[in-house]
Amino acid sequence: MRLFIWLAMAFMVAMPARAELVIEITRGVENPIKIAVVPFRVKSSGAFDVDLARLIESNLERSGQFVRVRRDTMLSLPGPEDQIFYRDWRAIDSEYTVVGSVERDAEGLLVRYGLHDVFGERVLFAERIPGAPESLRDIGHYISDRIYEALTGIKGIFSTRLLYVSAERRSEKDQTFKLILSDADGGRPRTIFQSSEPILSPKWSPDGSRVAYMSFRGKRPGIYVQTLASGEVQKVSDFPGLNSAPSFSPDGRKLVLTLSRDGNPEIYVANLRTGEIDRMTNHFAIDTEASWSPDGRSILFTSSRGGKPQLYLMNVADKTVKRVTFDGDYNSNGSFTPDGESIVFVHRTNERFHIARLNLKTRELRILTETDLDESPSVAPNGTMLIYATSDEGKGLLGLVSMDGRVRVRLPSVSESVREPAWSPFFN
Amino acid sequence: MSVLKQAKAVGIAVVLAVLAGCAGQVNESAGPSKIETDAERAAREARQAEFLAKQQKSQEEAKAADRAEIMGEQLRNNAMAADTLFFFGFDKSDLSQDALDDLDAHAKYLASVRAAKVRLEGHADERGTRAYNLALGERRANAVARYLVIQGVNRSQIETVSYGEERPLSLSRDDNGWSRNRRVELIYQ
Repeated sequence: MRLFIWLAMAFMVAMPARAELVIEITRGVENPIKIAVVPFRVKSSGAFDVDLARLIESNLERSGQFVRVRRDTMLSLPGPEDQIFYRDWRAIDSEYTVVGSVERDAEGLLVRYGLHDVFGERVLFAERIPGAPESLRDIGHYISDRIYEALTGIKGIFSTRLLYVSAERRSEKDQTFKLILSDADGGRPRTIFQSSEPILSPKWSPDGSRVAYMSFRGKRPGIYVQTLASGEVQKVSDFPGLNSAPSFSPDGRKLVLTLSRDGNPEIYVANLRTGEIDRMTNHFAIDTEASWSPDGRSILFTSSRGGKPQLYLMNVADKTVKRVTFDGDYNSNGSFTPDGESIVFVHRTNERFHIARLNLKTRELRILTETDLDESPSVAPNGTMLIYATSDEGKGLLGLVSMDGRVRVRLPSVSESVREPAWSPFFN
Repeated sequence: MSVLKQAKAVGIAVVLAVLAGCAGQVNESAGPSKIETDAERAAREARQAEFLAKQQKSQEEAKAADRAEIMGEQLRNNAMAADTLFFFGFDKSDLSQDALDDLDAHAKYLASVRAAKVRLEGHADERGTRAYNLALGERRANAVARYLVIQGVNRSQIETVSYGEERPLSLSRDDNGWSRNRRVELIYQ
């Protein structure tokens, strides 16, 4: 394999994308935590383009575990230095209340906030957060993570990122594909690669610094790894035939991918430093969509060796393979949950494609989604939900679902058709 | 072009060469004895016979080339009239019976004109996962490629690529639309 590097066009890295994802919650948990996020008091002149309170309440609500107390029902709008009258918040059924302020100072920004337990009548914690002038959204996500973790005991995912592909179609052969990087709430979307040919299977490196994807450069598909900070692009493969479905090893040094250079779609492992390529499967059927277990010892992949697409697990050390899915006539595109106990995948029942989760120990199979043509599940790094692609009247959109299937959120895109979401790892 | 013209040119070259040879012979033998010996006569007749045979052969070759050109034209026309879209069943990559006649026309043309090249683009419908469909599109393109090779086409004349489900022909989300999208497109380069 030849390994070489060039720079992606600089303008692409910086180009903002138009469409933002708009959140629509279709179902939540039965007894969500009621939280009031008071509008943050602006303590310096000039407005801010981010409403921190809205950002925080939307983040928390998107988890399905919280419900906001509406602003217009609040009896007072205190700031962080003001006394809190807990009775007023109890009166409107708020279990927790967040108060805060934002101001510009010499260094940039200063945000203050506090989280109050209404029934315990006490401050749970308060913080001062200085930041750069353009960091207001980052601060909002950080505060959301802090509150979420304090009240649920689970690390928040609001400061993580999403990758997805948008497609604009004018005709069969005239389309624009964009690889988009955004905040976990769909905010601040920016195009990191654009092509008139398909872009598929974006995947994060375990440290979140690089992304791997399939794209055509020229008329031939290849696997590329792009460093997000610099825009630098490394070609991993562009053999004749298929080059598809890349996925990073847990140590970030290897990519598992699908090539048909030896005549048939097979799984290979490419060492990103040495360029060495190791063939993992050898079967006349289709073998593709491989991903690693969190411990790096197994590779989960789709194979049609049994006649229909099913998921198989390979022991990386000796390349032995065993079948893991038996229910349904189409199970594909599997990946592990962060704890390594379950896998999520696309499962067909009654001619419809849904996202399902299979616990490998208990063998419990749970169908998580109920839309149709659901695909590309990608689990959040805290393991509480996954993002997937579905469609509505021919337009691709993204959805979130909790790992028990109870919480469902739609993330319809404003204009373009979107698909192939990939949830980043934690950055902190 | 003119396989015919080439053949004529070769014929003329042969005539000139033979004449030059004869002229050389005459000059060499210009000496005391101008009477042709039996051996010399036999050699001359042999040369003449060889010349005539060559001439006849080149004419036959020219005719054959003409015929080939006409046949080639016919093969080309058949290929151009043949279908370039081949359809498949869900999660299937085997060729349908009615694809074979059209593929035969393409194969005959490609086998006769080695300079001709085709690109086979494999596609899938939107059902199922994208990377799997990419592999499925590739298998469909390869199924067509294999058939062409069995019919005598060189593998080097064929380029295959899969677009999976990314370039649907039809946007209708029903059996009709999906069946249009599970296809291989054959494109002359």
